[in-house]
Amino acid sequence: MAEFRLPPNSRIKKGKHFAAANGSSNVKQFAVYRYDPDSKDNPRVDTYEIDMDSCGPMVLDALIKIKNEIDPTLTFRRSCREGICGSCAMNIDGGNTLACLKSVDEVRGDVKIYPLPHMPVVKDLVPDLTNFYAQYASIKPWLQTRTPPPPDRERLQSKADQELIDEPSACILCACCSTSCPSYWWNSDRYLGPAALLASYRWLVDSRDEATGERLDDLEDPFRLYRCHTIMNCTQTCPKGLNPAKAIAETKKMMAERRH
Amino acid sequence: MSTTERPLSPHLGIYRWPITMALSILHRATGIGLAVGLIALVAWLMSIAAGPERYLYFSSFMATTFGRILLIAWSFAFAYHLCNGIRHLFWDAGYGFEKSQANASAWVAIAASVILTATFWVMVL
Repeated sequence: MAEFRLPPNSRIKKGKHFAAANGSSNVKQFAVYRYDPDSKDNPRVDTYEIDMDSCGPMVLDALIKIKNEIDPTLTFRRSCREGICGSCAMNIDGGNTLACLKSVDEVRGDVKIYPLPHMPVVKDLVPDLTNFYAQYASIKPWLQTRTPPPPDRERLQSKADQELIDEPSACILCACCSTSCPSYWWNSDRYLGPAALLASYRWLVDSRDEATGERLDDLEDPFRLYRCHTIMNCTQTCPKGLNPAKAIAETKKMMAERRH
Repeated sequence: MSTTERPLSPHLGIYRWPITMALSILHRATGIGLAVGLIALVAWLMSIAAGPERYLYFSSFMATTFGRILLIAWSFAFAYHLCNGIRHLFWDAGYGFEKSQANASAWVAIAASVILTATFWVMVL
């Protein structure tokens, strides 16, 4: 059930302010969500002034600069810094995206940074993705076959069949889409969310997969698939430019078509 | 540490609403509005059945500013729910899912429902 207010232990308090060094000319302020699990305190928002003349262009560069030079306790996930690992997914300037792909220049005013929305927070910008990964596993993201493979070669695909799975295969499971979805916010215990459903679609349209019927059976449920109300936040926010909303619509069409 | 003690990250309060998200919740709100509006319709029919005095009472209430606001809101809810419903029909058929298309059709639905509502009231008054 939708609970619009944050629980008492999650309400955000005012945090500390770290001013830029004197003589900084190109200052940008970053407001960053902080939560320390070792204290009993509520989450807070700390503000850091950064001299952008001595900082890289991306939001991730600024976060690393804060951690290196101002506050080593700041905690966030990052790895590849080029938009392929999906680790640095967070809410920046009101939208979910990857900190490594988000340019500081794109943000007008202060750069507000929160963890992915409506998730349990482990520390600072690190959300607990256990449920998200379990949902991905639940759609059985692997090739399922009933017939034996050809004895002399792999299971081959035509170029056209391959192109069907190109886009959904490009998902990096950063969780930006699922955590942008209000339907997922209110029902993440039962609704699979756009990321898992995009992955499900990737196997539904795979010409080599022979479990299409069972896969659709698993989605025949009031919540798992049908909590998508075409709000479109997933497609609007995907940092890889993918289209989970369309994949979900195509899945709903497959469900409707097999009933007739 | 148990996971239930973990704070919940902020959501509605910090998310920047895309136009499609605003229209989605407006679709639901106007749907509820239409259902509530049916009560007004039933009250109108009942006032006719109850005779001229009751009918006069009802229609004079609807002629007040508050009554007119209700009627205009109801007619807008009808027009918007209709236009956005057609948008949903296209989506259900698999069309209009590109970001640019979804954003453009959002503005078309808003413009069409405002024009429909305005046209209706110009014709009535």
